[in-house]
Amino acid sequence: MRLSLLALLAKEPAHGYELKQALEQIFGRAYPSPNIGQIYVTLGRLEKDGLVKAVDVEQSNRPNKKVYYLTAKGREALDAWADEPTEGPRVRDEFFMKLVLAPMTGIADRTALINRQRRHYLALMRDLNELAERTDRGDRVALLLIEGAMLHLQADLDWLERCQEDLP
Amino acid sequence: MSPPPIVNTVNLVRIYQDGGVPVPAVRGVDLKVEAGEFVAIMGPSGSGKSTLVHMLGGLDARTSGEIWLDGSRVDTLSESAWALLRRRKIGFVFQFFNLVANMTVADNVELPALLAGASPREARERREYLLGELGLADRADAAPAQLAGGEQQRVALARALANRPSLLLADEPTGNLDSRNTRDVLRLLGEVHRDGQTIILVTHDARVASLADRVVSLLDGQIVDDGAVGPVRRRPRASAGDVVELRS
Ligand SMILES: Nc1ncnc2c1ncn2[C@@H]1O[C@H](COP(=O)(O)OP(=O)(O)OP(=O)(O)O)[C@@H](O)[C@H]1O
Ligand SMILES: [Mg+2]
Repeated sequence: MRLSLLALLAKEPAHGYELKQALEQIFGRAYPSPNIGQIYVTLGRLEKDGLVKAVDVEQSNRPNKKVYYLTAKGREALDAWADEPTEGPRVRDEFFMKLVLAPMTGIADRTALINRQRRHYLALMRDLNELAERTDRGDRVALLLIEGAMLHLQADLDWLERCQEDLP
Repeated sequence: MSPPPIVNTVNLVRIYQDGGVPVPAVRGVDLKVEAGEFVAIMGPSGSGKSTLVHMLGGLDARTSGEIWLDGSRVDTLSESAWALLRRRKIGFVFQFFNLVANMTVADNVELPALLAGASPREARERREYLLGELGLADRADAAPAQLAGGEQQRVALARALANRPSLLLADEPTGNLDSRNTRDVLRLLGEVHRDGQTIILVTHDARVASLADRVVSLLDGQIVDDGAVGPVRRRPRASAGDVVELRS
């Protein structure tokens, strides 16, 4: 979340609640709604690292609010982030460990593990289908995010099939 | 007494001969499908999915075992009796389309309805509806060879549905489609399912399979899993939005 907050602040200074709303508005239903506490914690760390600064803005009838803005150091971090290629998704190594090790130790049968995992992926896929149905057609960012998740799931499922074929 | 399953196979086996070497493609499959069910068949390449659905449609002969459709034994039927049965109640979508090359798209789709005794007007209206649903209304006068693979595949689906078959057998009906066309096909299948038609569909596409009532997994010609797509077993604290994980 650090870098998404920096990116939003590069656009304009904002307070914590505005950042939360902006994230929700841009990414829509597909984004796990960030909680306000996490946002303030992250902003506090960014401030400590010198990437953002805060000014107190007075409000009538209310406590002051803190408006955050990007520092030059924050701008550099953001540029470095934008220039870098991003790590690809990793394989589900936890499941793979289970798949390889569990049968050796007699804890679980490989076919049962694979079947359970396949059903889990399909259930996730069904959720994604429903999420896509409920998402507004015009909300391209959210729909692309959902489609990306679907393609990743498909790859996980194809790989499961490969494991099923090639592990004894 | 409850109605018989629409499909019931008993210890179904298909062994091909490949230059004298026996190739067991389907090895003892017991599969019961109730009327109105939507069943997806998944499994690695070569696991016997096409062989199984071909046998269910009478397009390939079993080596041993029994096939029952709607309470009648059918694995002993003659070719002509199978042809009649398919015309009356089975729609089939082949993995490699099999459209009639020298007929237009419209005629390919209308033919099964006409053969089953529909009036030319009924056949035309049904064809217009199906091609419209699949985004192919403006391709009606084309020849199959003029179509892209994904378009041919959708025509093959329209043709299979022309008769409102009580049983639709489809082998990878979305294998060549992009996600928008897949969505059209899924919508149409959803409608067919709601109308009470039974669907047995082979697919690698998890999106398609996740919409089925039940998923049957094949491996080396045998069923290794068979069950409903249930709700997600979530870890505590997770919510619907967490289906999509953004890495921080
Ligand atoms: N006509 C045939 N003659 C000989 N062997 C065949 C024939 N048809 C299929 N086979 C073999 O039977 C096995 C099952 O084939 P089948 O086409 O049913 O697999 P599938 O699950 O549909 O695979 P795919 O996902 O690639 O379509 C394979 O080993 C295949 O090589
Ligand atoms: Mg096949």
